[in-house]
Amino acid sequence: MAKVKGDIVVDTEKCKGCEVCIDACPTHTIAMSEDVNGKGYHYMQNIYDACTGCTNCAIVCPDGVITVYRIKV
Amino acid sequence: MDGTITKEAIFKPENIVYKKTSLMTDNILSYCPGCGHGTAHRLIMEVIDEMGLESETIGIAPVGCSVLAYEFMNVDMQQAAHGRAPAHATAIKRLMPHKTVFAYQGDGDLAAIGTAETIHACNRGENFTTFFINNGIYGMTGGQMAPTTLPGMKSSTSPYGRDLKSMGHPIKMTELVAQLPGTYYVTRQAVHTPAAVRKAKKAIRKAIEIQQMNVGLSFVEIVSNCNSGWKMAPVQSNHWMEENMFPFYPLGDIKVDGKLIEKK
Repeated sequence: MAKVKGDIVVDTEKCKGCEVCIDACPTHTIAMSEDVNGKGYHYMQNIYDACTGCTNCAIVCPDGVITVYRIKV
Repeated sequence: MDGTITKEAIFKPENIVYKKTSLMTDNILSYCPGCGHGTAHRLIMEVIDEMGLESETIGIAPVGCSVLAYEFMNVDMQQAAHGRAPAHATAIKRLMPHKTVFAYQGDGDLAAIGTAETIHACNRGENFTTFFINNGIYGMTGGQMAPTTLPGMKSSTSPYGRDLKSMGHPIKMTELVAQLPGTYYVTRQAVHTPAAVRKAKKAIRKAIEIQQMNVGLSFVEIVSNCNSGWKMAPVQSNHWMEENMFPFYPLGDIKVDGKLIEKK
């Protein structure tokens, strides 16, 4: 079976840190950052490098801040 | 094997599998963190984008949290007086029948002050689509009790919980309009999990397709959270919604192709 590797790009200035994406991520690869953005919210990040590019985080994100990339390895 | 893949190899335009639709503007949404309004906006715009209707769509913004929907949806929009979105949609659709018209309303707008407009528009069978965002509370004005507030649910105007004797019963607008002969497709969806979002998107697409068939009104209720009004964290409010809202507002189609679905 072909393996896939994904990654996400987060518009950190628009993320409001609601953590709904963390609840939706099947590989638990995303977590909140220690830093805050201009509005004072912690933003989400791909921390553990286990992303499969399933797009779950992006489609539940209320603010639409996530762009998902995926390649076959 | 994974070590050989660099970030530069992944971040290429041809590898994009999900990107925010261009029909959502770049403005920062005015909603609270975790609010389902943002997801609902995006789903409607994605469907319109995929169907290629961006220049043929007119949306009606309500009064409530989503009063600024026209700031975020990059299609032609009209802003209606409180509860009067179905009246606007009726006028626009009758004057321009070839346009796709949708009314986007919250529960305080559609189920309280706009009940008459909603019911009569549904009964006349106007050919537009209504998106009804139900979070059981008046979010914008500070979490007051709405007609859709659950029995026993606390809000700023029912601090000891909604008492059915003095405050009446919650109204199930979606079941109510499904009884009317003018509606063709009536469904209830949610946007709190990826699976629910995918189902809701299919329902929104079906509703817009039905509008193009000119057979009657399509009505999509989206049960949503209001974490600020409910005084909860966003994820906690989604779980609370699953446990408390869904037993009272069960998800699924209520009327398909003009026929009520029999409850088992």
